[in-house]
Amino acid sequence: MAIDVAAVRRSLPILDRELDGHRLVYLDSAASSLTPEPVLDAMDRYYRWSRSNVNRGVYPLAEEATDLYEGARTVLAGFLDADPTGVVFTKNATEACNLLAYGYVRAHLGPDDVLLSTVMEHHANLVPFTQAAAAVGAEVRHVPITPDGLLDLDAAAELLADGRVTFAAFVHVSNVLGTINDVPRLTRMVRDANDRAVVHVDGAQAAPHLPVSFRDLGIDSYAITGHKMLGPTGIGALVARPELLERMEPFLTGGDMIRDVTLTGATWNDVPHKFEAGTPMIAEAAGLAAAVGLLEGYGMAAVRAHERELTAQLLDALGTVAGVTVHGPKDVDLRGGAVSFALDGIHPHDVGAMLGSRGVCVRVGHHCTKPLMRCLDVAATTRASSYVYNDVDDLEPLVDGLEAAAAFFAR
Amino acid sequence: MSMEDLYQEIILDHYRKPKNRAPELADEAVHVHHSNPLCGDEMDLRIRVVDDRLDAVVFDGEGCSISQASASAMTQAAVGRELKDALDLAEDFRRMMHGDDPARPDDLGDGIAFTGVAKFPVRVKCALLGWMALRDAIQTFERGASAHTVTHEE
Ligand SMILES: Cc1ncc(COP(=O)(O)O)c(C=O)c1O
Repeated sequence: MAIDVAAVRRSLPILDRELDGHRLVYLDSAASSLTPEPVLDAMDRYYRWSRSNVNRGVYPLAEEATDLYEGARTVLAGFLDADPTGVVFTKNATEACNLLAYGYVRAHLGPDDVLLSTVMEHHANLVPFTQAAAAVGAEVRHVPITPDGLLDLDAAAELLADGRVTFAAFVHVSNVLGTINDVPRLTRMVRDANDRAVVHVDGAQAAPHLPVSFRDLGIDSYAITGHKMLGPTGIGALVARPELLERMEPFLTGGDMIRDVTLTGATWNDVPHKFEAGTPMIAEAAGLAAAVGLLEGYGMAAVRAHERELTAQLLDALGTVAGVTVHGPKDVDLRGGAVSFALDGIHPHDVGAMLGSRGVCVRVGHHCTKPLMRCLDVAATTRASSYVYNDVDDLEPLVDGLEAAAAFFAR
Repeated sequence: MSMEDLYQEIILDHYRKPKNRAPELADEAVHVHHSNPLCGDEMDLRIRVVDDRLDAVVFDGEGCSISQASASAMTQAAVGRELKDALDLAEDFRRMMHGDDPARPDDLGDGIAFTGVAKFPVRVKCALLGWMALRDAIQTFERGASAHTVTHEE
């Protein structure tokens, strides 16, 4: 069933805002999505009605809070077709990648290992691993991209050929190019080259927009972040095979993550709790569960279909503006709804300022992908990105704003 | 936030028809390269010094309209000044970008049109890029060196 955009929009009072007399047009969901009222309500209900800590009290209220929190784990696991025992809540995707970099790469890899990354990674899925590789003396190799913004799998095959890659970390959907990478295929390539390799995927831009089955992807771990999928800020997750979590060292230590503590040492709690030190983000977990509930209500196939169509319309609309060059794949089957582009001769900051003055929110800058900017030979891009609350009516203000920018900054 | 607050007509003029924009300078004393990795603004600034005065100031680079226009206005305001005086003027511009009233509004010339940029914190560093390059070029000269590269962090 198609998404009832009008109904979604009714749950987002922020969209009623006017900015200097302009309707708010939010095209920056790749940076952070808007938060529908049912998500706010779920968090509010915890604070107003079930407020207490988790995993501690024996009174009913505390059990309610624990159920909310652990229930969210189950809900998220169901959404991603993963084992709840493998779901570790983190602050965001960045922390999920760091958890893996510290708990696995730094703890288990050494100078004989090679890490595989790509040039299209968000800094969140790059820096923790390059730092970890440097710390253990491992080499890092980077899969390049083709001119149309796809991972160059022939080049990947060469990088894998000597069988030394024991850890791979790459993005599922690029936050700049929109490219949907063929995760199962690259994963098979990595494993065929070395069957001990661990494969990690950054799903921050995929889980909000595509049906994702962790099991079917065939990978070892997956990072997500709640605030890009209708959820609140402050919660994300590392979704992993429980066996991988078992092999990992703790990242943060302290309360809740222990089994026993002496004055000089400690033993660790079972996974996933071993990685959740201290009081967790309880309200945010409740909010994330509500967000997942909404997405499941729409159906992720419908979410994808909606965005696929809107992206096609967006690409067409951008095609009507003189001087626009879109980065990344033009085929909507190969891409998600984050569309980066250049407006000839005009710096993205100026484009963003013009659009912003007309109520159109887009992201300008390097999008935390500096190596990719260097590959594209640009300093920055303008990026419009859509979600379930956008429709074709949001494209006209964008196009008008781009034309206004072209006229205003014409030399 | 209206476009007109930020993009005064004078700013757009400098952006469209930059003054003292050149990739080279004969008899240059100092060449500095400044960049703002966050926005990707790049600026090359060259100065020629005669008798402790800025005999010529040229810039080249890439970046948003604010960074390019501000550098253009800066070159006009700086040329002909004694080095110490130009440093003082750069400091006045810097203070203006942080919300202070400029002490030398007349000497800033078209630079005064950038007052409104102070209201847009993310653009302040764009407006400052040329001026900070000027300050660095003069200080580099005073150290007896002829080139310097600076990367501005946020
Ligand atoms: C592809 C990708 N990975 C990781 C992240 C990091 O997400 P967070 O900032 O929530 O940790 C982002 C968000 O900007 C992203 O787009």
